[in-house]
Amino acid sequence: MKNMTQTETNQRRRTVFFLIVAVMILAAVTAAGILTEGCAVETDFSRRNLSPSLQHLFGTDWMGRDMLARTLSGLSLSIRIGILTAAVSAAAALLLGTASVVLGRKADAVISWCIDLVMGIPHILLVMLISLACGRGFTGVVAGVALSHWPSLARVIRGELIQLRQAPYILVAERMGVSKLQNVRRHMLPHLLPQFLTGLILLFPHAILHESSVTFLGFGLSSEQPAIGVILSESMQYLTTGKWWLALFPGLALVLVVALFALLGERVRRLLDPSSAHE
Amino acid sequence: MILEAHNLTFYYRNRKKNPIIDSFELTIPPGERVGLKGPSGRGKTTLCRLLAGYERPKQGQVLLDGKPVGEYRGACPVQMVWQHPETVVDPLLKLKETMAEAGGIDKRLVEKLHIEREWMERYPSELSGGELQRFCLARALRPETKILLCDEITAMLDLVTQAQIWEFLLEESRRREMGMLVVSHSEALLEKVCTRIITLD
Repeated sequence: MKNMTQTETNQRRRTVFFLIVAVMILAAVTAAGILTEGCAVETDFSRRNLSPSLQHLFGTDWMGRDMLARTLSGLSLSIRIGILTAAVSAAAALLLGTASVVLGRKADAVISWCIDLVMGIPHILLVMLISLACGRGFTGVVAGVALSHWPSLARVIRGELIQLRQAPYILVAERMGVSKLQNVRRHMLPHLLPQFLTGLILLFPHAILHESSVTFLGFGLSSEQPAIGVILSESMQYLTTGKWWLALFPGLALVLVVALFALLGERVRRLLDPSSAHE
Repeated sequence: MILEAHNLTFYYRNRKKNPIIDSFELTIPPGERVGLKGPSGRGKTTLCRLLAGYERPKQGQVLLDGKPVGEYRGACPVQMVWQHPETVVDPLLKLKETMAEAGGIDKRLVEKLHIEREWMERYPSELSGGELQRFCLARALRPETKILLCDEITAMLDLVTQAQIWEFLLEESRRREMGMLVVSHSEALLEKVCTRIITLD
């Protein structure tokens, strides 16, 4: 009987349950944001500056736009930018990481130098510069965030692959007549997956935060788009007049989403990392 | 097949001044069992790695029937059994998958090495060192293997198992006319097993 209760609440199951719930929440926010995009830009001057009530849970702003709808579509936009960024970064990191291992010592030196170079520039500065160069707006932000976040993941993958390439079991498999490609698929990718997945998920919070901060500073999305950064920078002007709900709820929602992603990455790591997989 | 090492020289990166193996000569004809002894750190394992084609010599060459070992495609006829069996099996694969990759296992070997069927369903961390070492031997002794390099393969086993394994390897070497290089610190073992003993120093 005691065993039964133990298996029902073990760490692994709880973690899997948490993962499913977190992914569902994030998916729901993304979907809700897309659906409320029409509401979010709808202005109605008869309901300006209403504080939070049952009808408008997050209140309304000075143009009578519903803040809940704006927040949701802002978050949704952030998450979508995050996904795009993570995909681009992951692809770049995987490609460069593999190239620096496969192409030999010289190529590795060049790629490592590039990684160090990009890592050496503060992220936010790089995002601003690239975003400006690409003409701001959606493309600018995505390009900026995507092109500045790959180095950390690339470095992890490179290190992991260098270690794997010299692993005795891979060398032995090679002498047993296993082809290079099969070796990569059977022996390298499964070992790379935990690091890769965790790194990928942990890219999200960075991407989202940088997207909103660059927008907040005015180098990102244009002001008519319902982005979290836009909402926060506009509400700055109204904070002093006592309209606290304009910044509080969107800000809290952003923090929650970011924290959710960070927790997600941490839990996935614990689940996949051999040293903590049996906890 | 004859394994020959000519003028074999090897040094690790940036250690050109004192090569770990310097102008080494060795010939292992079929059926001969060469014993190799020497103090720790003199390059016994490195020599095995060179002979098995894991490492490329800086000078000289390792020839198998006149062709460099590194150029054999597919399963190499020179196989090495490592000192630490737990490092040479993929920890994420069940043993049967590792075995399938090496071309399946011979029934006779299973019997002679006392390998149990249920091991195949397990992961490497679920076997003991001795059990894994027997598995690795079975994997290395595929039909194509003509030369077997044994790098301290029984150092971690109890005496009874050691005796069993060496008896089996002796028989196998005679039956298949298989050349062997046996690395060990135990002089008694080398004298018992080998036809010739050389010293690295």
